[in-house]
Amino acid sequence: MYEPLGNPWRVTGHYLCLCLLAVICLMPIWVMLATSLKDEITIFQGNPIWFFFVPTLENYEYIFGRGKFDRYLANSVIVGTVSTFLTLFLGGLCAYALARSRFTGRTFVANSTLLVRMVPPAVLAVPAFAMVVAFGITNDLLVLIFFYTALNLPFAIWLLFGFYKQIPVELEEAAIVDGASPLQVFFRVLLPLMKSGYAVAAIFTFRIAWNEFILALLLTGRKTRTLPVAVSGFLTDTGVEWGRIMAMGTLIVIPPLIFTFFAARQIIAGLTAGSVKG
Amino acid sequence: MRDHRLLTPYLFIAPAVLVMAAGLVYPVVDAFYLSFHDWKIGTPFDKAEYVGWDNYLRMLGDPDVRESIWVTFRFGFWTITIEMALGVALALMLEKPIRGASVFRTIFILPLMISPVVVGLVWRYLFDARVGWINHYLGAWFGLEPQVWLGDPELAFFAIVLTDIWQWTPFIFIIVIAGLQALPSEVLEAARIDGANWWQMIFLVKLPMISSILVIALLMRLIDVFRALEVMYIMTGGGPGRSTELLSLHIYNRAFDAQLLGYASAISVLLIVIVFALSAAILIIGNPMKETSDV
Repeated sequence: MYEPLGNPWRVTGHYLCLCLLAVICLMPIWVMLATSLKDEITIFQGNPIWFFFVPTLENYEYIFGRGKFDRYLANSVIVGTVSTFLTLFLGGLCAYALARSRFTGRTFVANSTLLVRMVPPAVLAVPAFAMVVAFGITNDLLVLIFFYTALNLPFAIWLLFGFYKQIPVELEEAAIVDGASPLQVFFRVLLPLMKSGYAVAAIFTFRIAWNEFILALLLTGRKTRTLPVAVSGFLTDTGVEWGRIMAMGTLIVIPPLIFTFFAARQIIAGLTAGSVKG
Repeated sequence: MRDHRLLTPYLFIAPAVLVMAAGLVYPVVDAFYLSFHDWKIGTPFDKAEYVGWDNYLRMLGDPDVRESIWVTFRFGFWTITIEMALGVALALMLEKPIRGASVFRTIFILPLMISPVVVGLVWRYLFDARVGWINHYLGAWFGLEPQVWLGDPELAFFAIVLTDIWQWTPFIFIIVIAGLQALPSEVLEAARIDGANWWQMIFLVKLPMISSILVIALLMRLIDVFRALEVMYIMTGGGPGRSTELLSLHIYNRAFDAQLLGYASAISVLLIVIVFALSAAILIIGNPMKETSDV
């Protein structure tokens, strides 16, 4: 590295910049948390109070009581975990084959996987709605699970492909020489080495399923609503109840926040996977 | 080489390919099929009339579609220009590895991780005309009158641009900084020894060396602009008028607000053509799965 960072002014400036950026990133999240802990009167006075207010849990009591938040939470957890599991299982098999074997149609599958990754959810909306109407299966979480699995597979395959590539092929060859079947190689040799790869893929997959809005809005009913749909229902033209909305918002961002704090390095690896080599 | 190895790769990829075919490819094909019909919500599809290219002809002359495309490009231009400029500048300033960098990076990816619906809600609150914090501070610090931010076409557009910049600048920053730190130090050292000054280091050495990363980041953001809809749905619903109605949201509103499923499908086909063209550009620049594929 040329020009060591020794100059104390430079170091201070560097840290000041970083702190300012961090505050900008955190500010809206803090505003949400703070607002969720305020009572309606404090909020409607319209004065920004950052820290010194009397916190109350009444918004949270409301959303868990009359807001039926627990049901929507259960829906979101079911849809998120089941679709994540399916995506990792199916995507892992596919990525393994793409990374390890050469077969007719391989390039086609690899390229079209990357292409369908970009399908805008708005394009899926009308046909998905048509499918659901045709089959008469509204109000079923399975529909969402199916679409989220399809939506997440391309990125999961892409990500896992990269991780499989990093594992030396000699390991598998040795296992095959020892008489292991392809399935045994996959489950006994590779999976243990792929733990962190699957962790990254799981985070991204779960996050998409947990946050997705437009398909959920179209394909769920009163009982199958997921959290993002439920919270959008609190937005009315007259008198938005900000405290309750912010309480729901805070609970929705908890899982992504936990992932970020425990696996930031892996998330950055996933974000940069597409564009940065080496 | 045993026989079953010939068949195994297909067994491994088949389930995933089937799910993607049914859940992604089929809907795209179906959108194309539906676009040739006049189909409204509430009527069974059997009753929908085949109208040939009518929906497409109508789309060509539709000022609302044109306005929505214009809004999308305008939004993409402002957000991507500012995000790229800010993200690259910050990455160049802060690329040196320092103590505590990982803590900051953890904080910077937070906006990327949280739900777009929640992002929309928080910023809608901040921009709220009555209780919003932005109006309060503009009044307290600059003596400005409260604005109805989301009720005025230009101000609402500004609001969604600002929200997008908040959420996505970190993405550019993270990608560029990863690219800069992966540059071979010998090359930088050589340029330094040859007497390159600070400007030359940045514009003649570093940025050209990460140019493919920059192009891919730009294309990915552009694709996102065409996919985006949640934040605007929550903040403005596309209004006032169509001033914040990006193409994806326009399709949604046409399909489920105006209830014109066939016509919305025709606009979907236009959207998919744009997005696939941009994706193909990314594939040509660098498909990570390609290297091993040309047997």
